[in-house]
Amino acid sequence: MQPTSHAFKENVARAFNDANLQQALKKVPTGFVEKRALARERLPEFDALRDEGIAIKRHTLTNLDLYLEAYERKVQESGGHVHWAPTAADARQIIVDICKRRGARLVTKGKSMVSEEIGLNAALEAEGIRPVETDLGEYLIQLRGETPSHIIAPAIHLTKQQVEADFRRVHTELPPERVISEPPELVAEARAMLRQKYLDADIGITGANFLIAETGSSVIVTNEGNGDLTQSLPKVHIVITSIEKVVPTLEDVSTILRVLARSATGQEFSSYTTFSTGPRRPEDPDGPEEYHVVLLDNGRSAMLGTNFEDMLRCIRCGACLNHCPVYQAVGGHAYGWVYSGPMGAVLTPSLVGIDEAAPLPNASTFCGRCEEVCPMRIPLPKMMRHWREREFERHLTPSTVRQGLSLWAWLAARPGLYRKVTGLAARSLRLLAGRKRRLRHLPLASGWTRYRDFPAPEGKTFHELWKERRHG
Amino acid sequence: MADDLRNRSTILGTIRRALVASGDDAERQQAVATRLAEHRRNLMPARAQLPDKKRIQLFREMLTSVNATHVDVARLEEVPDAVSHFLRTHNLEPRIRMGRDGYLRGLPWHRIPALTRLEGPAEAEDECSLSRAFGGVAETGTLVMTSGPGNPVTLNFLPENHLVVVEAERIVATYEEIWQRLRYLNGEGVMPRTVNMITGPSRTADIEQSIQLGAHGPRRLHVIIVGGH
Repeated sequence: MQPTSHAFKENVARAFNDANLQQALKKVPTGFVEKRALARERLPEFDALRDEGIAIKRHTLTNLDLYLEAYERKVQESGGHVHWAPTAADARQIIVDICKRRGARLVTKGKSMVSEEIGLNAALEAEGIRPVETDLGEYLIQLRGETPSHIIAPAIHLTKQQVEADFRRVHTELPPERVISEPPELVAEARAMLRQKYLDADIGITGANFLIAETGSSVIVTNEGNGDLTQSLPKVHIVITSIEKVVPTLEDVSTILRVLARSATGQEFSSYTTFSTGPRRPEDPDGPEEYHVVLLDNGRSAMLGTNFEDMLRCIRCGACLNHCPVYQAVGGHAYGWVYSGPMGAVLTPSLVGIDEAAPLPNASTFCGRCEEVCPMRIPLPKMMRHWREREFERHLTPSTVRQGLSLWAWLAARPGLYRKVTGLAARSLRLLAGRKRRLRHLPLASGWTRYRDFPAPEGKTFHELWKERRHG
Repeated sequence: MADDLRNRSTILGTIRRALVASGDDAERQQAVATRLAEHRRNLMPARAQLPDKKRIQLFREMLTSVNATHVDVARLEEVPDAVSHFLRTHNLEPRIRMGRDGYLRGLPWHRIPALTRLEGPAEAEDECSLSRAFGGVAETGTLVMTSGPGNPVTLNFLPENHLVVVEAERIVATYEEIWQRLRYLNGEGVMPRTVNMITGPSRTADIEQSIQLGAHGPRRLHVIIVGGH
C-alpha cells in the first residue's frame, strides 16, 4: 500500500474530527492497559522473563545469518520449502507463483502484518485470485477496504454500529430483518459466513510470530482459531514472515511466549499457540500437502549494526500502542501505513524511508511509557530521537522550525544575552496576562492558545528564582 | 530456482556485512551449534512447581479461568460416560468425531449404544469431537495436542464442542517438560507436523474489545481428567 505518513498532520486532524473513531478509542486505556497490569502482577517473574527474552533476541540477532541457515535446513529436512525475499515485490512474486502453479482461485488468510506490509491482497487480486481474510478484525477491514489500525486488533477503530452497517451492506444473502446489533450476533454471523471459505480454499496463508531454528517450526499465536483452520484445511500452507522472527530453541520460544500474551491482551497465554513443521506426514489424516515459508527482509537486515537494531527485537505485542498518549488520541490510521504507535514511528521510517515518514518520529510526547511497557525493553523514545536527528540532517524539517532552532541555539550559546532576553520575555508575558495570569492569545503559539489558555510566567526566570533561593 | 539462490545470498550477504561477520567463522558456528544442541532451559516461573495433587489442582483452576470446563474420572473406562453426560447436558446429538487413538478406541463405548462414533478428520457437519492430549501444562491450563492418525488436527478446530482426555500423569508444570517428552519420543529437533497448545475455547475481542467465545474454533472446551484424585 502507498504510505500517507508524510500527511500525518492532516491525518491527525481527520482523526480528531471522527466521532466514531474517538468513541472506539475510549476503550483502549481501560481494556488492554488494565489487563496487562493485572497479568504482570500475577506473575512475579515477569520482569526477569523480559530480561531473558531480550538476551535471547540479542544473541539471535548477533548470529542471525547462522540461525536462518539452521532454520532453513530443518524446514527442508521436514519436507518444507524456504523462499528468501529481499523485497516486498520478491515476496509477492514468490507467493503469486505458488498460487498460479497450484491453480488457486480462493485463498484464505490468517492475520499477518507482513502480508499487510507487502500489500499481498492487491497482488493476488490482480492475478484473479481471491484472498479472504479470516481473522475477524482483518475480515472487517477487508470489507471496508481499510488497513489495520492496530497491530493486534486491526479493527479497533470501529464501533459495533459500523460493523452492523458493513455486514448489512455485504451479506445481502441473509434476511434483512435479522438482529445483529450486539457483538455476540456479529461474531456469530462472521463465523457462519467464513465457515465454508475454509473448506473451499485452495491455499491457506498465515504469518508467523516465531520461527524455531532447532526444529524448523513456524509458530502462530492466536485467539480465534481462524489461523489454524486456514492452515490445516487447504492443500497448501504458505507462511509469510520476516527474517527477525527466528529464535534458537523451543525453550527460548517458551520464555518469550510467557511475556507475549501478557503484554498484548493481558492473557496468561493466548488460546492457540500452534507449531507447524513441514507438510503433513504420510500417516497424517489431515493437514497441508505442501508447506512453504517466505522469509521477507525488506530493509530489516540493513537495521543490524545501526541505532535501530534494537527494533528487530520487537515481538509485535502492541503494548506500546496501547499505552501511548498519541496513539490513544489519534488511533492507528493517522500513522499512514501498516505499523502504528511508537513501534510504527520507529519501524516505518526504516521500511519506507525517512523522507516519507518524517513526521512519525515527532508524534511523541517522549513520556517514555512505550519503553517502560515493552516486553523487549526497546528504547523507542531514543530511536525516535535518532530519526529526528536524521530528519534534521537531511533538511526534512520545515524551515520555520529549523530557523527557530538555530535562533534558539545562537541565543543559548550566549548566556548573558540569553538571561536578558528570557528575563524580558518573562516580565512582559506577566504584564500581558494581567490579573487573570492567563494568556488567551500568544504570538507564534496560536496552536496552543486555540484550544487552551497559556499560563503566564511568574515574572521571573528560572535563573533568577534559583539565585534568590541560593542566596535568600 | 536461480532467483531463490540469488535472493538467499543477497539477504545473508547483507546480514553478514551489517554484522561484520563471516558465515565460515568456526567460533560463531560452534556457539550456534552448541546452543541448538543443548537447548538449555531459561527461567521457569515457580507458580506450577508443585507436588502432584496441587499441580493438577492448579491445572483445573487455570482451565476454569480461561473458560474451559473439566470433569474428573478415576479410570479411562469411565470416559464414554463422561462424554455421554456432556452431550446430554448441552442437548447435543449423540454423535462424536474422533481419531484412531488406540486407547480411546479401546474404551467400552458399547455401554453407550445410542452414541454414534465417527473416525477420521473433522467434517463441516461435526458438532462435537474427542481427542487425547499429549499433555497438559499446569502453569497456564494449556493442553498440548500432537497431530497424527490418533489426533487429526482438524478435530481441535472445526467442531463447536471439543472434548479432550488428559491423563493426570501427563499434567506437567511447564512447557519445557513437554518439549523434553517430545524429544524423548521423536528424537532431537524433530516435531510432529502440528503441535497445538490450546488454552481455553476460541475467542475474539475484535468488536469493541468485548470478549466473545467461539469466534471460529470451538465455543466449548471440555477437559476430562483421568486419575487425578
